[in-house]
Amino acid sequence: MRNHVREAEHLIRLALVFLAGGAAFLLIRQAVVPPGFGVHGHYRAAALEENRLRPAVYAGQAACSDCHEEQVKQRAAGSHRGVACEACHGPLARHAADPSAAAPRPPDPVALCRRCHEADAAKPKNFPQVVAQDHSGGEACNSCHQPHRPKV
Amino acid sequence: MTGVEGFMYPNEVELQWSALIVLYPYITGLVAGAFILASLERVFKVAAVRPTYRLALLTALAFLLVAPLPLQLHLGHPERSFEMYLTPHRSSAMAMFGFVYLWYLMVVLVIEIWLDYRADIVRLSQTRRGLTGWIYRLLTLGSRNVSPESRRIDDRVGWAITVIGIPSAFLLHGYVGFIFGSVKANAWWSTPLMPIVFLFSAMVSGIAAVLLLYMGISWRQKRKVDMLCLDTIARYLFYVFLIDFSLEMLDLVHRIYEADESFRSLDFMVRTRLYTSQVIVQIYLGTVLPILLLAATQVLRLSERLRRGLYAAAGLLTLAGIFAMRWNVVIGGQLFSKSYLGYTSYKLEFATREGLLTTVFLMVLPLAILWGLLKLLPPWPEREAA
Amino acid sequence: MSMTRRGFIVLSAAAASALSGAGGVQEPEARYRMAEHWWAMTIDIDKCIGCGNCVKACAEENQVPEGHFRTWVERYTVEAGDYEHPRVESPQGGKNGFPPAAQSTAKTFFVPKLCNHCEHSPCVQVCPVGATFESPDGVVLVDEKYCIGCRYCVQACPYGCRYIHPEKHTVDKCSLCYHRITKGLTTACCEACPTGARQLADLKNPKDPVHEFLRTHKVQVLKPHMATGSKVFYKDLDGAVR
Repeated sequence: MRNHVREAEHLIRLALVFLAGGAAFLLIRQAVVPPGFGVHGHYRAAALEENRLRPAVYAGQAACSDCHEEQVKQRAAGSHRGVACEACHGPLARHAADPSAAAPRPPDPVALCRRCHEADAAKPKNFPQVVAQDHSGGEACNSCHQPHRPKV
Repeated sequence: MTGVEGFMYPNEVELQWSALIVLYPYITGLVAGAFILASLERVFKVAAVRPTYRLALLTALAFLLVAPLPLQLHLGHPERSFEMYLTPHRSSAMAMFGFVYLWYLMVVLVIEIWLDYRADIVRLSQTRRGLTGWIYRLLTLGSRNVSPESRRIDDRVGWAITVIGIPSAFLLHGYVGFIFGSVKANAWWSTPLMPIVFLFSAMVSGIAAVLLLYMGISWRQKRKVDMLCLDTIARYLFYVFLIDFSLEMLDLVHRIYEADESFRSLDFMVRTRLYTSQVIVQIYLGTVLPILLLAATQVLRLSERLRRGLYAAAGLLTLAGIFAMRWNVVIGGQLFSKSYLGYTSYKLEFATREGLLTTVFLMVLPLAILWGLLKLLPPWPEREAA
Repeated sequence: MSMTRRGFIVLSAAAASALSGAGGVQEPEARYRMAEHWWAMTIDIDKCIGCGNCVKACAEENQVPEGHFRTWVERYTVEAGDYEHPRVESPQGGKNGFPPAAQSTAKTFFVPKLCNHCEHSPCVQVCPVGATFESPDGVVLVDEKYCIGCRYCVQACPYGCRYIHPEKHTVDKCSLCYHRITKGLTTACCEACPTGARQLADLKNPKDPVHEFLRTHKVQVLKPHMATGSKVFYKDLDGAVR
């Protein structure tokens, strides 16, 4: 038996090299795996908060309604009642946070209206749509229609 | 966007996996194939292939060392790749591959080579001076015991390692096939045959590579080629190739007969964008022709010289054909839209990180490593001494 | 889900300071409990007018790089009965709308697409390191500090929802505006949708109209045979859509 051990000494040395390698791996792993990994699942728990803490670019309708009562009232009476302010006026979270910092620019009425109301066979049949060229001959939409309260 | 035909989902236009990812299954395939050839001698006692035993092991090692490089170079954040070992995701085929790779490299190849070469290493550690002497002394792990009894133990352990090594080699390359075959979103990849097809094509390419290397090295070193060995390897190549071809045809026939929702799209792709690489290079030049050449050497009585010529031609065609097969799987699987309504195209760039230059470099690198290994661990020392 | 303006300012200030400050990650908003939500979306095909407002808003909200899309709109044209060969277009993801389609006998309609936030996500399954995951409230998210950029998830997504961010070199995709919905806001795409075709839904909120919607309409998910547990529910989805 002792003889066997002596004859296999090189194999024991090899096994020790492997054990040392394995132990080093486990130690390094222990030290390097990010804290919080695996708390909720197989991922860094902090990634949830990091995804959450980005600032919003669109303020959301509630923020607009807080100040712009007049326009909100107008809008509620017309067929644009379901359209959020920022759908036409663009993202305004910076304006909502500090009204003086970023003033909204008035949208280009022709391009804006056509974006939704230019006729297209793929649009739902009951959605109001026109071939703008035939309908107005290039005149601005808001010379007849009030965008906050368009007549149906 | 140029190169798009029909409709692709807008994010699909850009190809995700480049020529480097073609190299990855190609190189691991060579590893698995070379190892299985080596195990023929060790486990299945095919004495005729003895002259290529060590060469096949060193070839496997040289290619295995390079196998992760194309993956590494392809990553968006190579510096984070160690996460694959730190927090491997158990449900991810790719994460588990890291461990299969390590297992195969360290437990199978390195130990088997070390055990087989130990007597030579001890001998060389006593005769060589300088840096190489140091390397050999390090490799002895401080044990100079090469008594007959210790060598008998080595032989037994080595045999056991090879026995473990065969399923490990199967696992290694079958696993690469699984990485593709398990992607249910991709109709070109998603088939349970993928691991088996990968495995047999791996054996084909590995055997062909060792055959060519053996002929090439013998010619270079002006050593006489062992014709019995060559004939035996070629015969095995022929048999394995027949199985490989049958499996690939089974896959093809199955797809054509089932003709599921993806078929029209894939069929069109094979007839157009993939025609050259799939039909011409992979099937005709890379499979049918070498099988015919090898069949000729089995059926006809040919001179040694002619047989050597045919083996070399068949080997080269095989390597090209299997490369084309990897290309068609990896690149082909990304050319069609998952909507089955359109196609994109892939253009191999030249001098970029994932371009042609890198691809060629990564293909030559294992040969350079093999050259070094052959110097360090000569596979035919008895003849060298003579 | 209304919110006072003051509350919003406080929140955005907190968010801004958390991002700029050296203190690292702060505690998430106290009122938000992940366990109380299970996010989803409903899309009413019959309300989509293909204006592309959602695509534009998404790009602005999430700084989506040019040529890549977290959401996009497709226009389908299906000749009578030939649902196997629809004609599909999505110029720039429909970001600037579509060139008008002439009236014809063919059936034609718009289909907005986004990440389906699958319950059994193939993308999460294949991520080798745990850099993409399903949050406890049912949103599939990316950890861009941990993603190695191997692109396996891009291959695994049956819907084409993922791309590699050209500057970050990590994968990117729809986060269902996780930074908004956890503050009581709706997603940017829903905020900007003028017809209400897209609706954020919380399946764990018994008062959410989504329950009524799912009960009273015929709904479908994309590629149901993929069995991914998709949580984007389409009303009036045509069989030609893929």
